[in-house]
Amino acid sequence: MTAPSPVSSALPGGLGVLRAAFGRPSGAIAGGWLVLIVLGAIFAPLLTPYAYDAQVLKEAFQPPSLAHPLGTDEFGRDLLTRMLYGARTSLSVSSVSILISVAAGMTLGAAAGYFGGFFDRAVTAVADLTWSFPEILIALILVAIIGPGVSGTMAAIAVAYLAQFARLTRAQIMTLKAETYVEAARSLGAGHAHILFRHLIPNALAPVLVSAMLATGDAIILEATLGFFGLGAQPPTPSWGSMMSSGSALLFKAPWIIVFPGLAVATTVIAINLFGDALIAALDIRDKLGSKP
Amino acid sequence: MSEPLLVVKGLTKRFMTGGGWFARPRSMTAVRSVNLTVGRGEVVGVVGESGCGKSTLARLILRLIEPTEGDITLGGTRLSGIGQAELRRERRRMAMVFQDPYSSLDPRYTIAETLAEPFRVHGLPVTQQAISGMLEAVSLPASAALRYPHQMSGGQRQRIGIARALALRPEFVVLDEPTASLDVSIQAQIIELLAALREGFGLTYLFISHDLGLVRYFCDRIVVMYLGAVVEVLPDARAVPRHPYTRALMDSSFAPDPKARREIAPLSGEIPSPFNLPPGCAFAGRCSRAVEACRSASPPLTEEGGHAVACFNPL
Repeated sequence: MTAPSPVSSALPGGLGVLRAAFGRPSGAIAGGWLVLIVLGAIFAPLLTPYAYDAQVLKEAFQPPSLAHPLGTDEFGRDLLTRMLYGARTSLSVSSVSILISVAAGMTLGAAAGYFGGFFDRAVTAVADLTWSFPEILIALILVAIIGPGVSGTMAAIAVAYLAQFARLTRAQIMTLKAETYVEAARSLGAGHAHILFRHLIPNALAPVLVSAMLATGDAIILEATLGFFGLGAQPPTPSWGSMMSSGSALLFKAPWIIVFPGLAVATTVIAINLFGDALIAALDIRDKLGSKP
Repeated sequence: MSEPLLVVKGLTKRFMTGGGWFARPRSMTAVRSVNLTVGRGEVVGVVGESGCGKSTLARLILRLIEPTEGDITLGGTRLSGIGQAELRRERRRMAMVFQDPYSSLDPRYTIAETLAEPFRVHGLPVTQQAISGMLEAVSLPASAALRYPHQMSGGQRQRIGIARALALRPEFVVLDEPTASLDVSIQAQIIELLAALREGFGLTYLFISHDLGLVRYFCDRIVVMYLGAVVEVLPDARAVPRHPYTRALMDSSFAPDPKARREIAPLSGEIPSPFNLPPGCAFAGRCSRAVEACRSASPPLTEEGGHAVACFNPL
């Protein structure tokens, strides 16, 4: 047997941490709900007999019933079906955009924190500048430039959260690079790549991943907001935000059209935050996560 | 002294600090024109109080910090002036054991991964047998390989630090206060281990410490530093100090025998700020033997039979 590779230790006990997070009552409920939503999104075609874009105009505005558990919308489309397919849009757009944001933010933040100097000052200045605008404003400006649609929304959300991950990673790397094991690696002849990828980034990963998880919750709201304004996924592709948008005009005539997608957004975001809290407690990293004012 | 392995000439490090919008940058000389020769197989101790530049000197010699001036030659290879890529290859010949055994091991690495790191850095193959052999050399069981640092005691961690330093069979090892963070009982074990390893692997040590008693026990020659400069080089552990500062250091170390204890004259006065050194001898302000010349000129380090001292009025 050869010595285990250092890469395999990037997250020792990763499963143990998840188990600990699920071990807390709030973590178990929140985690269970998230698993349910994800499964519902994945197996949407198997769970419902309707198509998300099948219009049956004579069945429009039906309140919840056995045939349509969450009722139908103004075009007679089954609301549950659209919510399940909408979960696909909401979850994939928010998680993919946060993934892009984390990858780019970590790269920038790690390079800035490790190498310092002019590059660091430039990254920090840009990050501070974007930090001073609300995410929704940045996202709206970007969608206006790129144009509405799924890819525009993804890019907008990714850029809106970039500064957060760059700053967090930079702060982590700057603390960690003063550790003696970094100097020890250097004294052994290690180069920058080895120190960054084998020591600094693995040690900086946990708080960044948890903060990414929490940001995914915010990103779902941001995606819904852009959808509500008609800037997100374009019809007939359902998204929770655009469903609420069409329901807002019919608030008193057919309240279920706006209430159920709204509940879906709220419960999902709350569940992500609760589960993120459980992860923070399980990893014991509360002090490492700066909170945004 | 045998054939010299390490030759250091005129090594100087100035740190620039401050320099904001309205403040002028200030320069602080941490190490001032240090000359040092370490023979192959020798153990040379460097002592001095906190902040005298001994740890900076250690890092300068290994080029973990870039020197401002001076030459470093290790076994015929000039370390100062070579490029980073070449320096990284040369690092196989030198190693360092760090003071803090808690932060010197990556908490995410198992002991096996920590010990494999020197080989991976240089693209060398590493086997389970090699890891077990390294653990055995520092008297740890082979089962320690699968543990994480947080599962080990300070003494065990320091043994890992030593094993890692010796992994690539270096010729020259800098020991930066390797026992300062450990309990006294563990200190003795680590010193014994270091002595045994020196025999076994034919190592040369530069031993940095603030504990003159320990240095006198362990080292062949002793270099005394004060405010970044060498003030005295004792040719052997039993040599009688001639510099008043060395005298004061020795008086302040605690003798275990109560009868041997005597009244000591504690040093009065403050260490001068390294940002603003007074003219003349840096120790003059605290020295009971200071004469007129001490306050105007810096005494040169003059050698007599291997015993060098930088003082106008030595003991």
